[in-house]
Amino acid sequence: MNRRYFKAVLVAAAVVAAFVILHYGCQESKDLASGDVASRVYVAPGTYDEFYLFTSGGFSGQIGVYGLPSGRLFRVIPVFSQDPEKAWGYSEESKPMFMTSYGFVPWDDAHHPKLSQTEGIADGRWIFINGNNTPRIARVDLSTFTTAEIIEIPNSGGNHGSPFLTENTEYVVASTRFSVPVPNRDVPIDSYKENFQGTISFISVDKEGAMDVAFQIVAPGFHYDLAHGGKGPSHGWAFFTSYNTEQAHTLLEVNASQSDKDFIAAVNWKKAEEYVKQGKAKTWSTSYYRNYFDKKKHMAFSEQKTSVKVLMPEDCPGVIYFLPTPKSPHGVDVDPSGEYIAAGGKLASVIPVHSFSKMIKAIENEEFETTIDGIPVLKYESTIAGEVTNPGLGPLHTEFDGNGYGYTSSFISSEIVKWKIGTWEVVDRIPAYYSIGHLCIPGGDTRKPWGKYVIALNKITKDRYLPTGPELTQSAQLIDISGDKMKLLLDFPTIGEPHYAQAIPADIIMKNSKKIYPIEENQHPHGIKAEKDARVVREGNVVRVYMSTIRTHFAPDNIEGIRVGDIVYFHVTNLEQDWDIPHGFAVKGANNSELLIMPGATETLMWQPTREGIYPFYCTDFCSALHQEMQGYIRVSPKGSNVAITYGTGK
Amino acid sequence: MKIPESDFQMCNNQTIISEFTEEKLMKNFKTILIAYSLLIFTLLFLLTACGGDSADSNKSDQVLKTNTSGIPEWELENGFGPVKKKLNLGPIDKTMATEGEKIFESKCASCHKLDERYTGPAQRDVLRRITPEFFMNMVINPEENVEKHPHTKEMLGQYMQKMTNQNINLKDARTLLEYFRVLDEELVNQNKSN
Repeated sequence: MNRRYFKAVLVAAAVVAAFVILHYGCQESKDLASGDVASRVYVAPGTYDEFYLFTSGGFSGQIGVYGLPSGRLFRVIPVFSQDPEKAWGYSEESKPMFMTSYGFVPWDDAHHPKLSQTEGIADGRWIFINGNNTPRIARVDLSTFTTAEIIEIPNSGGNHGSPFLTENTEYVVASTRFSVPVPNRDVPIDSYKENFQGTISFISVDKEGAMDVAFQIVAPGFHYDLAHGGKGPSHGWAFFTSYNTEQAHTLLEVNASQSDKDFIAAVNWKKAEEYVKQGKAKTWSTSYYRNYFDKKKHMAFSEQKTSVKVLMPEDCPGVIYFLPTPKSPHGVDVDPSGEYIAAGGKLASVIPVHSFSKMIKAIENEEFETTIDGIPVLKYESTIAGEVTNPGLGPLHTEFDGNGYGYTSSFISSEIVKWKIGTWEVVDRIPAYYSIGHLCIPGGDTRKPWGKYVIALNKITKDRYLPTGPELTQSAQLIDISGDKMKLLLDFPTIGEPHYAQAIPADIIMKNSKKIYPIEENQHPHGIKAEKDARVVREGNVVRVYMSTIRTHFAPDNIEGIRVGDIVYFHVTNLEQDWDIPHGFAVKGANNSELLIMPGATETLMWQPTREGIYPFYCTDFCSALHQEMQGYIRVSPKGSNVAITYGTGK
Repeated sequence: MKIPESDFQMCNNQTIISEFTEEKLMKNFKTILIAYSLLIFTLLFLLTACGGDSADSNKSDQVLKTNTSGIPEWELENGFGPVKKKLNLGPIDKTMATEGEKIFESKCASCHKLDERYTGPAQRDVLRRITPEFFMNMVINPEENVEKHPHTKEMLGQYMQKMTNQNINLKDARTLLEYFRVLDEELVNQNKSN
């Protein structure tokens, strides 16, 4: 072999090798340069996430609280479902929260969490969420991360289009997903067209958060799906999508998908308020419950309401207009400026975007196509600002980044599509794994989006995680939107089905987070303020145990004189005043749950012993080195026994 | 909470360098070598620059008085907490003491009895054992004292239970102190009459 040739080959090989090594090195540093995915979601041990993420628990009925960008789960807030871990719906104090006109309803299907707003910006005071099945709205207090109030919605067949807000949380709205006879009555199902109607409800929220059904608008018997309040120039209006304008009552998948267009109902709620003031509302008798938790008394109260104010569109011109919108629209989302109203036409081939200012002009010029039950239907061409073409299959929901772009979830093609407001062109798209429903940008439904991420909320995760039998977790996916191209950063599992979610910078919530309930403010009628007040009192066959806990004993911890057939109430007050020191209370054979009592709070467990003997009780929440010693005994004697009530600790 | 900005800066610098090296690669090997050295140099520089924790080390610059426990004299005698100088106590204020007794019943008596060991030590003679200033610092700020103070650490060894923070402010601590001054005075009088 030619030596020179050999040398040349060697040099060439070295150059190639160097190039390859360098190239891969560069490739790696390019990944680093673009944010090295792992480090973008890594929140070092002991440090905090940048955002809170609140996801609906779907059919779990609860709310999940996560950190972003880590995706770490911090808490499950029990709302519409009983939770034995926190005695929610099991303690005597929390039971009234589940009262409805149908009695005690211990479960619901929670879809849309919505943070309270001031001037169109999420303020972190409360988060509202709807119960879809037995129509309700809950308000969760974000200083304690506990459910503060649940109100039932009368004259509704299913509370899906809820609890969207007006700009200053003047109202939360509730539109019925299933039209039903209003008021409900016994009629043949096939008399749908004559007898079935929808309602759109405005629930007022006062400064303390207390909710009240201010008025309801009776609307044609369509299905009202989702909603959003106007903002800025469109403040004073709220928008509701509808489908099944065909008014089908069977095989809706075919029969409710006939028309090319359904409607967005645009409601001028300020005008509706005026009509109510003028006495144009009818008062209908009905029955619904408002339940609220008194933080000082540490217990919930229920009140039954028996009437509601109702507006009929034909008596109230100018309150409601229909905007034709293709085709079975699902989400209706208002951009940060308040001018554009994007609809997710789930069977449509475009995303129609209406213009608020065009709508107002069209109303002034009476550019009506027709009228339905006294409600003017505006011409599509008169309100439409533009159509986003090629938006993926099955567009559902849109959130905004505050930089001129909308992000729409497309369920069937399982992707997020980014488009430009004004030109309506699609500029980027990214797949979601799999079957995305809602999506969430921090503040992405408000006047001031914080942007940075979009979170895909997915229904199906087939093959994304280790299998867990027939049912697999749902998931959220964190996607970076800070650059021109969306970039997937993280997948994380969620509790239940995450329909919608809300995210907010952590500092807004953190600064109001409570550490304890001050014991001196405890006004529980069966609470005690000092260990010396611990006692056991018999009132006939009811025995009340006024008990205290502190690391690491109960007072009293030995109780005698209980008889089979007694109803025993353990009123347990946690005298601790230290952050993160709840005590648990569990007694053998209890038919309900444990208690988990926060520092300074009082909770009550009812216990009905059915067999004589000795019953241990103990602290379930590891509290200190002597936690294992934190226990007591109860002696249960036969019915009619003359063992006297005695009790004590350390005697 | 925030993603440190320095991370982004690091990444951006690397992008510039990587593109630079790739572009020059085909020209000659020397350039590659230079580029490599540059890359390595930059990486080394960035690695050292991102050391990070150096700011915290300044904390140890505080001047510490030396004693065998390694904590300052004042804290050794009076504990860690908001009371940083000797109190000017004056005559006992009975109204304040009554208020203090109420707070003791509500927030302390679950763990402390006056004359018997309970969750924590018997407390009637507490002011014989520690200074009034230590007393206040301990009830206001138990965590830090349990963690740092040799006396409190020793107590923890005996009782196996960290004293809890009962959310007591400076004013409440002062009324508690007044209550224990009353108890202390009673002890003094008892001793006299004996």
